[in-house]
Amino acid sequence: MTAMLEMRNVSKSFSGVQALRDVNFSVEAGQIHALVGENGAGKSTLMKVLSGVYPAGSYEGTIIFDGEERRFRDINDSEALGIIIIHQELALIPLMSIAENIFLSHPPSKLGVIDRDEVYRRTRELLAQVGLKESPDTLITDLGVGKQQLVEIAKALSKRVRMLILDEPTASLNEADSAALLERLMAFRAQGIGSILISHKLNEVAKVADHITVLRDGRTVDGIDCRAEPIQEDRIIRSMVNRDLAHRFPERSAKIAEPVLTVENWSVYHPIHPERQVIKNVDFSVKRGEVVGIAGLMGAGRTEFAMSLFGRSWGTTISGRIRLEGREIVLPNVAAAIDAGLAYVTEDRKQLGLILADDVRKNITLASLDQVAPNRVIDDIAELKVASDYRNRMRIRCSDVYQETGQLSGGNQQKVVLSKWLMTDPKVLILDEPTRGIDVGAKYEIYCIINELAEAGRGVVVISSEMPELLGICDRICVMNDGAFVGEFPGAEATQEKIMRAIMRNDRNYGSSALAGAEMGGSQL
Amino acid sequence: MTDKTVSLPEEGRHGSFIKNNLRNYGMLMSLIAIMLFFQVMTGGTLLQPLNLTNLVLQNSYIVIMALGMLLVIVTGHIDLSVGSVAGFVGAVAAVLMVTYKVDYTLAFIACLLLGAAIGAAQGYWVAYFKIPSFIVTLAGMLVFKGLALAVLQGQSLGPFPATFQKLSSGFIPEMLPEAGTLHPTSMLVGAVLALGLVYASAKGRSREQLHGIEVEPYAFFLGKSILLACAVLYFTYLIASHRGLPNVLVIMTALIALYGFVTRRTVIGRQVYAVGGNAKAASLSGIKTERLTFLTFVNMGVLAALAGLVFAARLNTATPKAGLGFELDVIAACFIGGASAYGGVGRVGGAVVGAMIMGVMNNGMSILGIGIDYQQVIKGLVLLGAVCIDVYNQRR
Repeated sequence: MTAMLEMRNVSKSFSGVQALRDVNFSVEAGQIHALVGENGAGKSTLMKVLSGVYPAGSYEGTIIFDGEERRFRDINDSEALGIIIIHQELALIPLMSIAENIFLSHPPSKLGVIDRDEVYRRTRELLAQVGLKESPDTLITDLGVGKQQLVEIAKALSKRVRMLILDEPTASLNEADSAALLERLMAFRAQGIGSILISHKLNEVAKVADHITVLRDGRTVDGIDCRAEPIQEDRIIRSMVNRDLAHRFPERSAKIAEPVLTVENWSVYHPIHPERQVIKNVDFSVKRGEVVGIAGLMGAGRTEFAMSLFGRSWGTTISGRIRLEGREIVLPNVAAAIDAGLAYVTEDRKQLGLILADDVRKNITLASLDQVAPNRVIDDIAELKVASDYRNRMRIRCSDVYQETGQLSGGNQQKVVLSKWLMTDPKVLILDEPTRGIDVGAKYEIYCIINELAEAGRGVVVISSEMPELLGICDRICVMNDGAFVGEFPGAEATQEKIMRAIMRNDRNYGSSALAGAEMGGSQL
Repeated sequence: MTDKTVSLPEEGRHGSFIKNNLRNYGMLMSLIAIMLFFQVMTGGTLLQPLNLTNLVLQNSYIVIMALGMLLVIVTGHIDLSVGSVAGFVGAVAAVLMVTYKVDYTLAFIACLLLGAAIGAAQGYWVAYFKIPSFIVTLAGMLVFKGLALAVLQGQSLGPFPATFQKLSSGFIPEMLPEAGTLHPTSMLVGAVLALGLVYASAKGRSREQLHGIEVEPYAFFLGKSILLACAVLYFTYLIASHRGLPNVLVIMTALIALYGFVTRRTVIGRQVYAVGGNAKAASLSGIKTERLTFLTFVNMGVLAALAGLVFAARLNTATPKAGLGFELDVIAACFIGGASAYGGVGRVGGAVVGAMIMGVMNNGMSILGIGIDYQQVIKGLVLLGAVCIDVYNQRR
């Protein structure tokens, strides 16, 4: 059988960072092709190249579809050929009906007037095809995530799909919905539709995939023909994570003392879907001088856990106990958390960490203005000195402390955020993806800062999706999946395989990970 | 500890200084240009002592409200109800003082409290219920316009007690012997103010120098100080040669100074800007964003009430039409003065200059005999132009 789609030697880089290198990837008609890899391995980038989100010319290599070379200028070009992508974050309009959503961009119409009978007739057909028993009039917001996923697929089918790309389709589905979806995929296979399935759940992949391609650091590192050979999970996991430690980590000698922060039986519910328990009665602790890593996949609940601790800035119906230096405390809001000695460096520094239009000085002092403002009046000289002091200590590269933070590079912005939190003199610092989008040199500097913090007797918690980073800097690594801790390793004993296995095992045991993925949308406050 | 500043060669420093400050002083220069234009076109009428005094009296309530509006806009909101609130408070003041003969001090305080309550009522919905301020204050605009009509029963009510009128039409008492038409006390106040300003900026500059902070070149500092002092003295001279400093000008100047200080130097001021700049980041930095938003509306209510009182005292009657369309001038003043509609950006000085630009244009065009129809067209275009220039500057 010849390939319907062939991507040859695709490379793509973002301002110097190589996201894809010479990737070869092909899908046959009537094949389910699974694409697996760590966060940041390049899966989504590859799919964006394929669907035309990154237009021809912005990448190297060729895309051949139906035997012809294609140069997609935008997503409309790829859709015209029947290449339809369903993103992890569903792109439905909540307050419109199923029918309106399905025919949003191309409603059947006569002279520009939408033909409602035709819309309803075809919507019913499509819903029957995907096995969704709902009225076309039902609003999207009244559907569960699983059913919304099916509406997305129906929408894809309405466009005469030939190749369906599903990005983590079951991440937010329960077991029954996942199984139904996978069955749907197999039905499409029988109809000759090619599918690309991006998934972290190896058990699902094993169930439906005809071929598995493993991406790592933007390269294809393994290809498994599932019809020819048995699927070995260990082999896949090893391919996914095995790599040379590209970064160097600063040496550190840990002097770990008594616990500084202890969390017991912590439970958090989703703010928008209050029946969903996002953090499931977890225990956690960090000691003075210790760097604890929290590993896990996107949507595992790590950010939600951290933010709910930090003055209940995420979630509802939060319960559990927090002890700081042995004393039980209640943190009803962020100000109380800061006063108690907690600091949280957000994952998204532009949206949640900085005031980009304000200068470096104002950002640094924002969380501890009282220190430079006796009697609530800001002493501008004292403020300037503190800011300049941090600028020198953290080696923030800026023209002066009056420069807008929006003009700084990612690494320097992150140093500004770190300065802000250091100024509050925290006992425990939680860093959420502290090196995301930062170049290698700046990463090293951030690791050094983390070490210094620990040496100064603070407890440091690092949430990261980059496993080598956690292995390089942490004294202890906790693995979170689906809102609970599923593994814990001393830093010296942890390996990427062990961590990945803890996550994957758990995904198989608790296939109903109703929480992963969908939480990410809600976690942005 | 010390900041390593790169000291540029003298010439380069001057160049960069002019560039950096052009944006800050751009609107002030526009104001001066507009004043010169009308001064020439009206054959010198604009800056005649009588007209200048009137100009101050006519625009005082816009300036007062612009101070509050600036904070509201900086937090990323808008208040459309200020005109109606000012009118309503003026009406209540008239009922209290004229109909019920309440003591004017008591009535004055009651009216300011009423303004605070109105601001709190609106701010509550905006801050805690997250209802868009545009809608809440649009509702408020209708409600208080209606209430003003109801309180006055559709009639004008006056006159106010003579002491109350002094709020707007009074001048500071003359304590020194008369010197022709010039009012020496006013002149003295102006001179003290000019010296005070120069002294304060000189002190600030030497303090910065002491701590090794880069300061503006000496020539600039000297030039700026002399210009500032001369402008204040000249302005006072003009005003003093009519009837002296109006009471309301004193109130206004004090308020401008107060709000300038609060926005630039206090914790609460800094936090208001942070909320407007990035509410989520501010809230994750421990700032109580909702409470601050609420307080800016309370503050706006108080200032709208004060403006209503000033306006009523000036007309010496409360009319159901009082306050009509004030909100537009006030909002325009803030935006002309460089406030950003997205929040987080805006200066008290800018809003004041913006209000003065509107005032001078109103006044100048009236003297020139331009009809109210084309006056509005021109004002609208100036607003659009000013904001376009600002947006263009920020993109660069």
